[in-house]
Amino acid sequence: MPLQPAITDLEELKNHPAVAKLLAWNPAAVEGAKFDRDEMSIYVERSSIREVCDLLCQNTDFPFNYLADITCVDWFPSEPRFEVVYHLLSHSKKERVRLKVRLDGSSPALDSVTPVWPAANYFEREVFDLFGVRFAGHPYLRRLLMPEDWEGHPLRKDYPVEGYR
Amino acid sequence: MILNMGPHHPSTHGVLRLLLEIDGENIVRIMPDIGYLHTGIEKTCEAKFYQQVVPLTDRIDYLCPLTNNLCYVLAVEKLLGLEIPPKAQWMRVMLNELTRINSHLIWLGTHALDIGAMTVFLYCFREREDILRLFEMVSGQRMMTSYFRIGGLALEPPLGFFERVQDFATRFPSKVDEYENLLTGNPIWGMRTKGVARITAEDAVALGASGPTLRGSGVDFDLRRDMPYSSYEKFKFKVPVSQDGDVFARYACRVAEMRESIAMVQQALDGMPEGPIKAVAPKVILPDREMMKTQMEALIYHFKIITEGFAVPAGEVYQAVESPRGEMGYYVVSDGTAKPYRVHMRSACLANLQALPTMCEGRLLADVVAAIGSIDIVLGEIDR
Repeated sequence: MPLQPAITDLEELKNHPAVAKLLAWNPAAVEGAKFDRDEMSIYVERSSIREVCDLLCQNTDFPFNYLADITCVDWFPSEPRFEVVYHLLSHSKKERVRLKVRLDGSSPALDSVTPVWPAANYFEREVFDLFGVRFAGHPYLRRLLMPEDWEGHPLRKDYPVEGYR
Repeated sequence: MILNMGPHHPSTHGVLRLLLEIDGENIVRIMPDIGYLHTGIEKTCEAKFYQQVVPLTDRIDYLCPLTNNLCYVLAVEKLLGLEIPPKAQWMRVMLNELTRINSHLIWLGTHALDIGAMTVFLYCFREREDILRLFEMVSGQRMMTSYFRIGGLALEPPLGFFERVQDFATRFPSKVDEYENLLTGNPIWGMRTKGVARITAEDAVALGASGPTLRGSGVDFDLRRDMPYSSYEKFKFKVPVSQDGDVFARYACRVAEMRESIAMVQQALDGMPEGPIKAVAPKVILPDREMMKTQMEALIYHFKIITEGFAVPAGEVYQAVESPRGEMGYYVVSDGTAKPYRVHMRSACLANLQALPTMCEGRLLADVVAAIGSIDIVLGEIDR
C-alpha cells in the first residue's frame, strides 16, 4: 500500500471524536492536528494539557481512558525544541490518539497529568530524567533510570552517544 | 522500619530493588528503585541504521525476543508503507505464540519456585528447552533470535521445521495439564495466591497495567483481538479473563493463554500459506544470496543497503503488540534519513511495576514475593 500524504488541515479533521471534543471545549487549546499513516496526532497548547487529558479521559461518548505512554522527542537545534508525546488509548472504542505539546529549549516545563492517570508517574519521571523536561505538580519528580548524581540528560541530541569521557 | 530488598534478591528476577517500609510483618509503603540495568538502548538506536536496530530489540526483553522484533519491524514497515506477504505474517504469528509460551513457561517456573513449589520449575524448563531448540533451528540462535527483518523474514524456515513444531504442538497440551495438576488444585498454592495482592479493574487501568495483569482484574482487552496486527484477525482464539484480580487470577489467565497460544500455533501450521517470505522492495530488503552473486542490480542494492542503509520517509508511528507481559509499544520517529531519529519503547513491565505498591500495601511481607512473580517483570525491558 503506497503511503498517503498526511492531512494537516484542521477543517478536514474536525470530525474526529477527540478533535471535535476539544474544539467544542476551547478552540484555543488545539494548535493543530495531523492524520498520517492511520494515526491521529493533536498538537495541544502547553498550558492546557492537563485539562485536555482530563476531558478526553472523562468523555462519556468516547473515553480515552488509558494512558499508554508518555515520551519526548528532541528537535535540537530547531525551536520549539522539545515535543512531549502522549499516547492515549480507548479500551471501549479500540482507538488511539496522540497528543503533542511543543516546548522551547530554555526551560522546558509543563503540567503533570498524574492527577488524571497515576500511570503518568513513571513515564514523566523518565522524561524528566532523560530529557530534563520538568512536570509541575508531579508528586515525586526524581531521576528514574540514571543515578541521582548524574549530570546531563542522555537522550538530548546534544549529548554524545558515547557519553562524556 | 525500612527494609531493603534486592537488587540481588532471587525473587526480584533480575536487578530490581525495593525499599519496603514495614510495621512488623505488614507493608506500609513500597518504593521500587529501578535503573540498575539501564543500557541506553534508545540512545544507541539513534546511531544505527534501521536494520541494525533489530538485534538491539532482542536485548530489551530477553525472554520474548521475537515479540520485540515483531513490534519494531511492524513500526518501520508502517513508516515505509510496506505490504508483507501472507506466509511471512503467518510465520510471525506462529513464532510469536511460541515465544509467548516460552515466556510464560519461565514465568510459571520461577514464580512457583519463589513461592516454594520446586517441581514445576523443572517441568517448565523441560518444555522451554524444546521451544528454544525450535528457535535455534529456524534462526540459528536460542535466545537472541533476530529472525524478523524489515519487510519479511531473515530466512526460509529449514526443512523439517514444521514437522518439529507439529510434534511440539501435539505434545504440549498434556504438559499444561501436568503443571495444572501440580498447582491449580493444590491447597498450599491456593493459600499463597488466592486473595493475595488484589487490584481492582479501575486501579489497574489508572495505573497503566496491561496484559494478564489487566485481564486478571476483569478488563477484557487484548491487542491481538481488539486491534489486530500481522493477520491476527484470521486466527480464532479466546481471551482468558478473570474477575478476581489476585495472584491466582493472573496465574489462571496465563495458563489459559498457553493453551490458546498452542491452539493458534496449530492453526498457523494447518493454514500456513505458500509464497514468498519477503516483500517486494529491493531498496529495503537484502536480495537473496544467489541473486546477489549473479545479478549486477541485486549486488548494487546489497552494497547500498549494507553501507548506507535505506531512507525512511519522514513521519512517526506508534505500533503496539500484545507481548506476554502486556502492551509492548514502539514509537519510531523518522526525519527522512537512514537512521531513526528517535526510537522509544513503551515497556509493559514498567507500567505494571507501578501497580505493585497498590497490590502490596497493607499486606504481609511474604506476599510481596508472590506479587512480584505475578506481574512477571523483566528488568531488561523496564530499564532498557
